[in-house]
Amino acid sequence: MTLLQGVHIDKEIHSILEKVSDPEIPVLSILEMGVVRSAVLEGSHVQVKITPTYSGCPAMDVIGDDIKRALKKEGYTANVELVLSPAWTTDWITPKGRKALEDYGIASPLEPEADKAVLLEGKRLVKCPQCGSTNTRMVSQFGSTACKAQFQCDDCQEPFDYFKCLK
Amino acid sequence: MKKQDLYNYILGIADNSLILGQRLGELCGHGPSLETDIACTNISLDLFGQTRSYFQYAAKLKGEDATEDSVAFLRTERQYRNVLLVEQPNTDFAYTIARQFLFDVFHFLFLEELKNSKDLNLSAIAHKAIKEVSYHQRFSTDWMKRLGDGTSESAQRIQTAINDLWRYTDELFHTSESDDLMIEAGIGVDLSALKSIYYKRVNQILEEAKLEVPESKWFQKGGKSGVHTEHMGYILSDMQYMQRTYPNMTW
Repeated sequence: MTLLQGVHIDKEIHSILEKVSDPEIPVLSILEMGVVRSAVLEGSHVQVKITPTYSGCPAMDVIGDDIKRALKKEGYTANVELVLSPAWTTDWITPKGRKALEDYGIASPLEPEADKAVLLEGKRLVKCPQCGSTNTRMVSQFGSTACKAQFQCDDCQEPFDYFKCLK
Repeated sequence: MKKQDLYNYILGIADNSLILGQRLGELCGHGPSLETDIACTNISLDLFGQTRSYFQYAAKLKGEDATEDSVAFLRTERQYRNVLLVEQPNTDFAYTIARQFLFDVFHFLFLEELKNSKDLNLSAIAHKAIKEVSYHQRFSTDWMKRLGDGTSESAQRIQTAINDLWRYTDELFHTSESDDLMIEAGIGVDLSALKSIYYKRVNQILEEAKLEVPESKWFQKGGKSGVHTEHMGYILSDMQYMQRTYPNMTW
């Protein structure tokens, strides 16, 4: 994967961190999610900085523990620090990450204008991750987690989550 | 600038999110429908997340053995600095939405300014929080219109809620001594500059929701100086129970 601008992850530990997934979206690596801002190796110690998707995201504590555990398994000690700035945006989800979301059944975020149109004006723009139709409507602005909204497809009738745009 | 003033200033911001988050959390499993239940508790979670960031910073300033938990849970009623609006009970869904709407409009304007704070920590929290609050504002504004422009029953209920809660809006713009010092230092938000924009925005939405703007010019205050309404004690007894009963417990 291509690294995001401003993100620094030392090569040696890249493959370890790639295996750590978001506990709420298990198919998605925390790297593809854009949650890891830096991981610097100092001898056998790793200094990791992560940023929350949403302030109250209950997954952050678990992600921190998972990172430490994964690194420990490979013989590294780690320190995980939570940073707030710059604030996370859905732009940081990589193309591979967006694909993983869709495969998992979560519609990936639209651009801000389109996002507003579907959430406020009832526009049918979100693609159903099951059948691909855009004949979908919002059921609720908040879904199973704070970062998602609840949608339903009027063609295949399946309910699904839409990952809200955050910029 | 004294550390204590910055500490007080942070609590003034954080306590609003803490107490409103607690109020919304009461709806967990009790919302009028599954979707609104989830929405209210998600908003609660966002507010708690923001509160944690503020309290972690405040605890660091305080030093000694202060932690985010001790700041959140181990103060007495008079030491909480939240505005009276956020501690008002859920009563019914109209009150929950009206309270949320009246706070969200303020919260968004406030964070927009806090982004420019000279204090880098507060600025970072504001940059993060405002993205979440823009969704809160959309949710509550949307419901204001649905209830106001809905059935005669929903319109009457939301009008009653707005009329009842209106008296708590002016306090949003009051400042404490610490607030004034922080505004002077370029750290705090100049609330007086936000007031006319706030009422303009609120009045516009009320009009779109086919509701009347309350005419009462009498406003209630006290929360910012620690003098709360009778509801506050009940919130705290519920919220503080675990830490008071099992000191220093963690999840």
